[in-house]
Amino acid sequence: MFLQLFFAYCALMIVASGLLAISLRNPVHCVLMVLVLFFHMAGLYLTLNAEFLAAVQIIVYAGAILVLYLFVLFLVSLREELHLNGFVPNAWLGRIIAAGLAVLLLAIIPAFILGEKGEWTVEAVRQVTHTKALGQELFTTYLLPFEIAGLILLVALIGGLVLARRDQAGSGDGVDPEPATIGKEVSQ
Amino acid sequence: MIQTAAVTWTALEPILPELLLIGIGVLLIGCDLFIPRQRQVLPWLTVVGCITALIMVLGARPVTAFAGMFLADGYAMVFKAICLAAVIMTSLISEPFWQTVGTRQGEYYSLLICSLVGMLLMASANDLMVLYLGLELMALPLYALVGLHKRDQRTSEAAVKYFLMGAFASALLLFGMSLLYGLTGTTEISRIAKMIAAMQLAANPALLAALGLLLAGLCFKVAVAPFHLWTPDVYEGAPTLVTALMSIGPKAAGFAIFGRVLFYGLPTLQSHWGPILAVLALLTMAVGNITALCQHSLKRMLAYSSIAHAGYALLGLLAGTEEGLAATLAYLVIYLFMNLGAFAVLILLATPGQCRESLDDCRGLATKHPVVAALMLIFLFSLTGIPPTGGFIGKFYLLKAAFAAGYPLTVVGAVIFSAISAFFYLRVVRLMYMCEADAPGLWQMNVTHGMRAVLGVCLAGVLGLGVFPGSFFGWIVAALAGN
Repeated sequence: MFLQLFFAYCALMIVASGLLAISLRNPVHCVLMVLVLFFHMAGLYLTLNAEFLAAVQIIVYAGAILVLYLFVLFLVSLREELHLNGFVPNAWLGRIIAAGLAVLLLAIIPAFILGEKGEWTVEAVRQVTHTKALGQELFTTYLLPFEIAGLILLVALIGGLVLARRDQAGSGDGVDPEPATIGKEVSQ
Repeated sequence: MIQTAAVTWTALEPILPELLLIGIGVLLIGCDLFIPRQRQVLPWLTVVGCITALIMVLGARPVTAFAGMFLADGYAMVFKAICLAAVIMTSLISEPFWQTVGTRQGEYYSLLICSLVGMLLMASANDLMVLYLGLELMALPLYALVGLHKRDQRTSEAAVKYFLMGAFASALLLFGMSLLYGLTGTTEISRIAKMIAAMQLAANPALLAALGLLLAGLCFKVAVAPFHLWTPDVYEGAPTLVTALMSIGPKAAGFAIFGRVLFYGLPTLQSHWGPILAVLALLTMAVGNITALCQHSLKRMLAYSSIAHAGYALLGLLAGTEEGLAATLAYLVIYLFMNLGAFAVLILLATPGQCRESLDDCRGLATKHPVVAALMLIFLFSLTGIPPTGGFIGKFYLLKAAFAAGYPLTVVGAVIFSAISAFFYLRVVRLMYMCEADAPGLWQMNVTHGMRAVLGVCLAGVLGLGVFPGSFFGWIVAALAGN
């Protein structure tokens, strides 16, 4: 019972802080909302018996990446915003579609059944400790995805540099708004 | 409890082409940094690296690697060949384009190569995780490439739009994947198919929701209506060269994962995704072709035409048969030649300070530059689907596959929209051949050896595949059956 209540609290907070993070006007407030979001994500990992991931979530995301975001915010002057025309002419159309999707996804929950279980049960993980199990799997079975993820980080770095660099001919305003967005992509 | 599965060097053999390309990509950054004066080396290094990878891919025998996560079968081979060819040809025409535009970015080639590695991984992915990571690896460099030309306001807007839409589509795709993983307990695509059959999940609403989310995400990636809204703006805003690449390479890679997930992962749901795709294909062809009618910019017209062609390519996929899959593959190969040819001509028309992207710039091209006009004529004929060219053969196989699978109405619709498309393609031909030029006077075209080679290969591809389609189609069918 407690677990379910805790899950519901974390899930609600994640959704609420996510919504606030994209709708608040002040970028610093947005970053702080993302911080709240990360803490509740860590809470969700705890309910899944993934203590190591929860710790990493707080140390790496909340501790390191968010601080980087704040640095970016302070370094990049956001006085000039880039305005885009809406993709959908009426915002309510998007909201209705989103609400419909949410209702649909809630409606299918009863039909959801769990598939086959892997070899790492909670007891098995406890026996060999989290870090060991995680490291073992990550560097043997999941070596390929792990290496691709590393390559993605490299590419994000190069891409961010390319976009952030001033044009050689000096186009005037210099700094692009993209570095921050690319930075977000890194963390995903 | 823990068995140490030793990773040996021989296990890396199937991904050697990808590793080679990553090496080249890093080398390109190094070259740009340490020998900035020898910049002409960069395109050649890219081209040589890609051609080597292409030979390795074509010569590889079918294997599975990394415990079934990576699949180097015939299906992957054809898609990899398309992506590699697209990157080879775009890097051949890169130098004149960047000279004309007047900016130079050293990282351009390494971003291109990294994106290519992502495409190759997508083509080979047999695991949802590898598939998604390949997709991100492909998309991230493209976001940067779209925003490369910073003096143009349109490009930053296009880059932001592309990034936001790409992230949104990835989220939908991930949601679908996580549902699929929860239901079957595995991320391996061929195992998902087995689990669905074993657990009799075919009618489960949760699985259908997963299918819907996956379809929406994939349709975003290959720009199928109604998820195409980002395409025209991004294609128009991006540098022409990047648009040429985006309309072929990433689209082919998108179709690769589309086919892999639906055809190999969810074949039991064919009765569900077949009709949905039929409707989407019709809608895509309608939107693409009809909107293209009222465009004044040649580049934007080609953007809409690329949406319409995604609709045609879906026809083979929705059939859900080996024959249909082969038809889609064949069409994508032909599309590579004809679309890249048309974009190469568009790049050729541009001179410093004048991009010449509007339809009016084609007026009287035949009298000024008869060879260029004749090439454009052939590529446009092929895009329309007029008999001696490859475009006709490609469409013929697609329509045949869709008809055999029992979608006669979709086939009729495709033929009608194809006829409508003749209007806007042939309007360009009319402007080139039957109109007087507005401004008299020739302009000097920057024709390099690379450009000649690309135009020659595209011409040979379009005409060769149109005249001798049998052996080519036979090769694709054999490649698909070979796994």
